[in-house]
Amino acid sequence: MFFHWLEKNPFYFALMISVVISFAGLLEIVPNFAQAARPLSTEKPKTVLELAGKNLYVKDNCIACHSQMIRPFKSETDRYGKYSLSGEYAYDRPFLWGSKRTGPDLHRVGNYRTTDWHENHMRDPKAMVPGSIMPAYKHMFTNVADIESAYAEAVTVKNAFFTPYGPEFKRTRAAWEAHRPKVIADAKKIADDMKDEDVKKAVANGEVPEIVAMIAYLNSLK
Amino acid sequence: MQSNAALEYDYTVAKLFTYVTILFGFLGMLVGTILALQLAFPELNYLIGEYGTFSRLRPIHTNTVIFGFTVSGVFATWYYFAQRVLKVSMAESRFLMIMGKVHFWVYFIGALIATITLVFGISAGKEYAQYEWWVDIVIVIIWIMWGVNIFGMIGIRREKALYVSIWYYLACFLGIAMLYLFNNMSIPTYFATEGLGSIHHSVSMYSGTNDALVQWWYGHNAVAFGFTVPIVGMIYYFLPKESGQAIYSYKLSLLSFWGLMFVYLWAGSHHLLWSTVPDWMQTMGSAFSIVLILPSWGSAINMLLTMKGEWNQLAENPLIKFMVIASTFYMLSTIEGPIQAIKSVNAIAHFTDWIPGHVHDGVLGWVVFMIMASLFHMTPRMFKREIYSKKLMGIQFWMQTTAVVLYFTSMWIAGITQGMMWRAVDEYGNLVYSFIDTVTVLHPYYVIRGVSGVLYTAGFILFAFNIYKTITAGRKLTEEPQFRTPMA
Repeated sequence: MFFHWLEKNPFYFALMISVVISFAGLLEIVPNFAQAARPLSTEKPKTVLELAGKNLYVKDNCIACHSQMIRPFKSETDRYGKYSLSGEYAYDRPFLWGSKRTGPDLHRVGNYRTTDWHENHMRDPKAMVPGSIMPAYKHMFTNVADIESAYAEAVTVKNAFFTPYGPEFKRTRAAWEAHRPKVIADAKKIADDMKDEDVKKAVANGEVPEIVAMIAYLNSLK
Repeated sequence: MQSNAALEYDYTVAKLFTYVTILFGFLGMLVGTILALQLAFPELNYLIGEYGTFSRLRPIHTNTVIFGFTVSGVFATWYYFAQRVLKVSMAESRFLMIMGKVHFWVYFIGALIATITLVFGISAGKEYAQYEWWVDIVIVIIWIMWGVNIFGMIGIRREKALYVSIWYYLACFLGIAMLYLFNNMSIPTYFATEGLGSIHHSVSMYSGTNDALVQWWYGHNAVAFGFTVPIVGMIYYFLPKESGQAIYSYKLSLLSFWGLMFVYLWAGSHHLLWSTVPDWMQTMGSAFSIVLILPSWGSAINMLLTMKGEWNQLAENPLIKFMVIASTFYMLSTIEGPIQAIKSVNAIAHFTDWIPGHVHDGVLGWVVFMIMASLFHMTPRMFKREIYSKKLMGIQFWMQTTAVVLYFTSMWIAGITQGMMWRAVDEYGNLVYSFIDTVTVLHPYYVIRGVSGVLYTAGFILFAFNIYKTITAGRKLTEEPQFRTPMA
């Protein structure tokens, strides 16, 4: 009998397992791959500041409690806005849909929350939402965001996956130094809408506190 | 022909992995309990500054339980039972012995470093795959070292036919290898540029919907090949060894094994129901999840029928009790999962606490119970001592069983409450509840879950204590017990 033979031949046994378990991935993921990679024509890749914010979203693991996936139900579109489309995510690496809503969905949070709201909320969630169980993220006001890694990421995805970043995005340190003032300028726009004097001072000195990048990212979610 | 003289097996590596299984089990559960309590009492988020928030701690809990506790439990049991069913001692091969020890130390030190990276938020962002690219490389090396032992031991085996448990461990090795490699494909940005930014940072090779598909193909099947496959392998070995009963049906084993291999992988997309993944993939995930009941229950029923006519052992031997309740929770969990994978149920259940509830009746009730039972069975044989206290085992059993029941019942209620409140509309069709209403209402259930965590972890401490006392103070055995594990 075939299975008795197989049990005595570990190599073929292992081969058989590999074949049997490979089916699903090949048939479910591969056929749609190219199509699912296509962005909406209106979709723009994130700026370096927003990318730095996205990396903080990852670092502080916001997906533990927040989704970015509005499902096509009236109760969800009423609460969060238009349901999500595949093409909106085409530049997201990694995807940040999340799997749990201990807090609300954030996919279009940029449409209905402001810089000012986020500043107060991140410092003390209970002050903005009585009864909130979200922790305060005070350290974001003092920690400095890693905008250089964000730039490196933009360059990497441009070169490897043809993400449409401009010609000024190059692998060199000189290109980064040239781009840096642009990031600081973006940061200043956010900081101008904030109240925290230390944050404003830091940005004026050419540093980007984490909270600024974070808010830039949250505002970009629309 | 092989001689009938009993082989002298070498348990050096199995012992080492047993210790870290217990260590990581405790740490994982401790952090898990803190997380549970943080949701009930948010002030607990500020115990260690920015490193102690719920969001930062959660990957430490999940990864410690998966890659710390479960994987070392898989390694510990492998280094124990593989020798016995393949009829060859580790001591017979100097190479395999050295590799085994190296495997352990690289794993242990690697696991500690990996945990530290998570504390500092060095994360690739995907659930259960947070480790950054260089940690992934270390993990791959550790995995290959295990592969060397698997194929090395199989290569020098005396028993030619591979026992069912070996099938499952082999599948665990191959499955995790495939999933882990593909899901963690990423480009380190530091090396893709002129050394810009952090050396840790990388970017996923897949984006958006594709990334989600690959991730849940991985995420779901890491559960399959980490939390199901090797654990089924364990029960196939340890239940017959403990009860003295032969497995009820070979054909059922065969059907369940190949069924599980083929069906499980398809079900990954049930994590993405109602998302932007194409409909046909969602339906496929849903349908295969239902089919998955067959091979899952096939194994569980095979185990229960193995005990046919021997149910008195359930009353007499706490170890049998652990294994039988483990297969029962496995049945519960594998019927609950498919129910949640039905699209209309999923519309309510997804994003709610019912999902962690489901995960935990599987992991606490099935995986942890089965690993503890295996270690209880192994320890007297590895150390030639009687189990220190049968009474303590009984207390532990009821503490932990109560804890699991509290966990999933509270999370069922919490999840369904939340799911229903999110969609509740008044007579004019307007949403009734603001989001925060659906959070504050869960407080009592979060408290119950916190209590459950404390109870379960306390039970695990009893387990660790019992094992420790067995090793140091258990009555010495002159010869290895054949079936039922002796206990004082």
